[in-house]
Formats: sequence, C-alpha cells, structure tokens
Amino acid sequence: MEILIYGTINSVALALYALGFALVYGISRLPNFAHGALYVLSGFITWSALNTLGLNYPLSILLTMVVMAVIGALIYYFFLIRVRGMEISEIIASYAIALAILEGLRWGGFKGMTYTLPAFIEGSTVIAGISVDYQRLVVVGFGAALVSFLWLFTHFTRIGLALRGMAQDERAALMLGIDSDIMAIVAMALGSMLAACAAILLLPLGNIVVESGYNVLILAIAVCIVGGIGSWVGAVLAAFLIGFAQILTVVYLGSHYQMMVALLAIILTLILKPSGLFGQQKELEERV
Amino acid sequence: MSTAAQQRRKERIDRGIKVRTDGLYALMSWRELSYLIAPRSILIVGLLILPLVMPGLYWPRVITIVCIYALLAMSFDFLAHYVGLVSLGGAFFVGVGSYLSAILNTSLGFPPLIAIPVATLAGGGICTLALLPCLPLRGVYFAIVTLMYPLFMARVIEALDIFGGTDGIMGIDSFPSAWVEQYGMIVVVLIFLFGLRRLVNTDLGLVLRAVKDNDQAVKASGMNITRYKALAVFIASAIGCLAGACLAHIYMWTGISTFALDFSVLPIAATVIGGSGTLVGPVLGCLILVPVSELLRDFGTLRIVFYSLILLAFVVFRSEGLMAYGQRKYHQFERWTQI
Repeated sequence: MEILIYGTINSVALALYALGFALVYGISRLPNFAHGALYVLSGFITWSALNTLGLNYPLSILLTMVVMAVIGALIYYFFLIRVRGMEISEIIASYAIALAILEGLRWGGFKGMTYTLPAFIEGSTVIAGISVDYQRLVVVGFGAALVSFLWLFTHFTRIGLALRGMAQDERAALMLGIDSDIMAIVAMALGSMLAACAAILLLPLGNIVVESGYNVLILAIAVCIVGGIGSWVGAVLAAFLIGFAQILTVVYLGSHYQMMVALLAIILTLILKPSGLFGQQKELEERV
Repeated sequence: MSTAAQQRRKERIDRGIKVRTDGLYALMSWRELSYLIAPRSILIVGLLILPLVMPGLYWPRVITIVCIYALLAMSFDFLAHYVGLVSLGGAFFVGVGSYLSAILNTSLGFPPLIAIPVATLAGGGICTLALLPCLPLRGVYFAIVTLMYPLFMARVIEALDIFGGTDGIMGIDSFPSAWVEQYGMIVVVLIFLFGLRRLVNTDLGLVLRAVKDNDQAVKASGMNITRYKALAVFIASAIGCLAGACLAHIYMWTGISTFALDFSVLPIAATVIGGSGTLVGPVLGCLILVPVSELLRDFGTLRIVFYSLILLAFVVFRSEGLMAYGQRKYHQFERWTQI
C-alpha cells in the first residue's frame, strides 16, 4: 500500500518534470537541455519574490509564472532560434544556457539547505494507514489537472491546434499560415511555465538546491524517451513506469539505485526501441 | 529591394600560392614549401618549447592538462565531424581509461609506461563494446545515450562500492619525471593530431565521411556501416582512454570525478571555439580555454558561467570557430564585388 501511494506521487512528480520538456521537444524538436535549470531558477524566483520582495504566496507564484514565460521566450528568441534545426548545436547551446544559469545561481550564493518554499497546506492526513502530507496530495491533484488542461489546450484552442499542427508537419502548417517561429517561441514560453509549475508544486517537499537541476533534466529526458516523443499517453505511462520502478528499487535495493533506474531506462529504451513505447512518428529517422 | 541601390557581396578567391601548393608543385620553390610548412611548424615548435618557457611548478601542470583536454577534444571532433556520431560522453572514455590504468598499476604492478598503452587499447575495446548497441542510433539520440553512460557508470561505482567506491583509487605511480610527463603528453598529442589528419584523408576516412553524409548510400554500396562506425568509435575511445590513463598517473589518483561532466563539456567547448571539423582547431581551443579557466579559478563556479557563455556565443553567433576563420584568411583573399 505504501508502495502504491508513494509510487503514484513519485510518478506524478516525474510527469510534472517531463511535461515542459516533452512539450518543447514535441513541438519544435528542440531538446531543451536548459529545462532543469529553468526548474531551479523558477524556484529561486519564487523564493526571492516571497522573501526579498515580500509578496504573498499566490502573487509570487503568478509573478514567477510570468517571469519564467518571458525568460523562456527570450532565450528562444535571442539564442536558440539561430541554431534551429541543427540538433547538436541546439543541445550544446541549451546546455550552455543551463550551465550558465545553474552555476551562476551557485556562485550567487544560492547553496546549502536554507532555501525552502512553504507548503500550500501544512499538515498531513492518513490514507489506508499511511500518513501522507497534504502537499503531496496537492501535487497529485494539480498534476492530473495540468495534464488534462494541456490535453484540452492542445486539442481545442486555436494556439494549441497550431502547435500540434507544427509538431506534425511544419511545412503544411506554414502553408496554412501558422508562423512556425512564433509558435516555437510560444512553445518555449509554455515549456518554461510548466517547469515553473513543477518547481512551485514540488519544491515545498524539499530544499531548493542547484544540483537538482541536473537530476530534473535527466528524469525529464528519461520520461520523454521511454514514453516516446509526441505521445501524451506515452509520457504519462512512462512517468508511472519509471516512478514505480524507482520506488520499488528504493524499497528493495536502497536509495543509491534510484537514479540508476532512470539512466538505465534511457539507455535501454534507446537501444531497444528508440521511438519509445508509444511514439508513432519518425521511427525511420532515428535509426539507420 | 530597389534595383537602384548598389548591392555588394564579398567574393572569396583562393590565393595563387594556395593553388600552386596543392599538388606536387609545392616543391617548386622555398616560398611554396614554407607556405605549407610554416603553420605546421609554428604549432609543433610552439608546443615543444612550451615546457621550457613555463615558469614555476603550477603552469607546467597546466600544460599537461591542456594536452589531456586536447586529446579528448580531438576524439570528439573526429567522431562528430568525420563519422557523424556526436558523443557527449567523453567522460565515459576518460573514466574507463583512468580506472583501467589505475587498476593495472596498483593491483598488477604495471609501471605507468606499460599500464597506459594497455589501458588505452583495452579501454578502447571496452568502450566500443559498450557503445556497440547504440551505433544504429542517429543524431540527438546517440548524443543523449552517450551523455547518460558516464553518469550511469558513476552511479554504479557509487552504489556497488567497487573500485574504491566514492574514495577512488589512491597510490597510483606517477611518471618518472616532470619532463617525461610534459613531453610525453605533447608528443602524444602531436602524433595523434597528425595521425588523425592523415587517417581522414585515406580511403577509410573517405568511407567514414560517407557514413556521416549519407549512410544509406554506403549501405547500398555493400559496406557494413556498423563495422566502420565501430572502428571509428574504437579509435576515438582509445584516444579518450589514453587521456584518462595519463590523467590517473598525473594526479596519482582516480575516482568518480573522472566521469564528471567537465570531461564531456570542456572538449566540446574547445572544439566549437577552435573550429569544428579541422582537428587542429580543438587543440587550439584547448590551448585557449584551459589556461583561461585556470586563471579564473579564483572566481569559483563563476568560471563555468564564463565558459558556458563563451561557448553559447560561439555556437550561436560564430559557429565556424577560430581555426576555420584562420584557414580562410590564410588561403583566400576577399574583395567586394558589385552585383
């Protein structure tokens, strides 16, 4: 029972990490290696808004969302748009951005155990004999809400449909008057906002540490690779697969092995079925 | 655009001397010969006198670090721009090489000058075997999977507590003397630099470049691309392992940090800055980047910010790199022409 509950929570957390990365990669084919850095950055922005500017919690969350969206759009507009389509340059450039953000934060004094965000609701409850704090329930609730919101957004709004159109066939989308550059900027802004959402939901569970930026990136990549690019179902299922696998290894083998699960999942999936469990598109392009 | 406006474009034409020195005519006169020899000899002589002019105890050590990164950067450049396999896992090669050499030295008692070559060849074999299943992958997928290998290895060693666990292996023999260390590294770099340059111009190099440009065509010609890719990976990973093995003997220590991202990122940065696809460029990039990063050591992690920003600027705005720029200026002249 404990495994079931904590497995679910862990899986939702993984799905939250991965949403932004999956969105950006699915739409503009940009492997955004700065995703983890954006996650950490939004944690620090929220913290500064709360403690330095002295705003109240909802207001600073809102501020963080807006700031992150702008930052994401600016990063894309000034740097990544110039290397668009050159995959390796995209990886190197976004990774350089990630390093600059993370190490800059580390240099700026954000290190150690002192930075925490308050939980939305303090306290804990007991479900089936297991005590679970409210924040984790909030994470699960908001996570489910976010995934369904994104599904609705990409299926029923004009911008969402344009984004999906670009993901499926960029030339056809261009012919229908969808500006792919603007859509890519929108995608990047959305992706950064999703990173911020994940950060705000998940960071109250622990400390804000710079190192988590790298782990978040790896987990996000793991979920996207295992699930298959361009498949929402796949991403969510992969999050549950890796989430439960992680909890099981923690319970039966020890916490040292937790990160290995994600790395092994990436390596094995890429070797055995590079398009992922549920990815339908582009199978030919990935493999010789 | 109105037609009345004068439009200009830059025209680049090969210098006469460049054309004359392309073939056997290079032997025509001393001028032609020196046009060919000068850039090469500047590099060789420059590298060889470096240990003589470097004062103190600290900077000679930096030279050897430059050489190690230069080897890694060459291996990245060769694999990425001549075979089309972008490996973000240079640290994997370094880690395997340094652990192998350390084990050979401490457990089996091999002296460094034997342990290093053995570790190089065996490490190359191990890395090739490990990467063999990933060879059919393309582009960004190969990059991601190779990025994960060193991280995975570090976790394995940490979790299973093998090879000294988080403490690493200590008490590795160093080189006989500082001179052997420095000149050994420099000569190795030069040998591999010119060796690789020669290799990419042979028939084998032609096939490898064909694999990069159009693997289906190579396949259609009845050649086994996986074999060629494996061979290229062996060459590149052996170079990486050599760098790792030397690193272990220079620091007299090896540990999980040899799998750290530094060894994957800095060579890539050096390659991008120096000029990708030139093989000399990466060496040049290391000669610039490593001392700069040593000078910035006082700033702590800010130096990583600096060099990632430099890297970003080069990738985004000047992707050809210094060496390609230099070669263009050396071989060609430019003039404006009316359209």
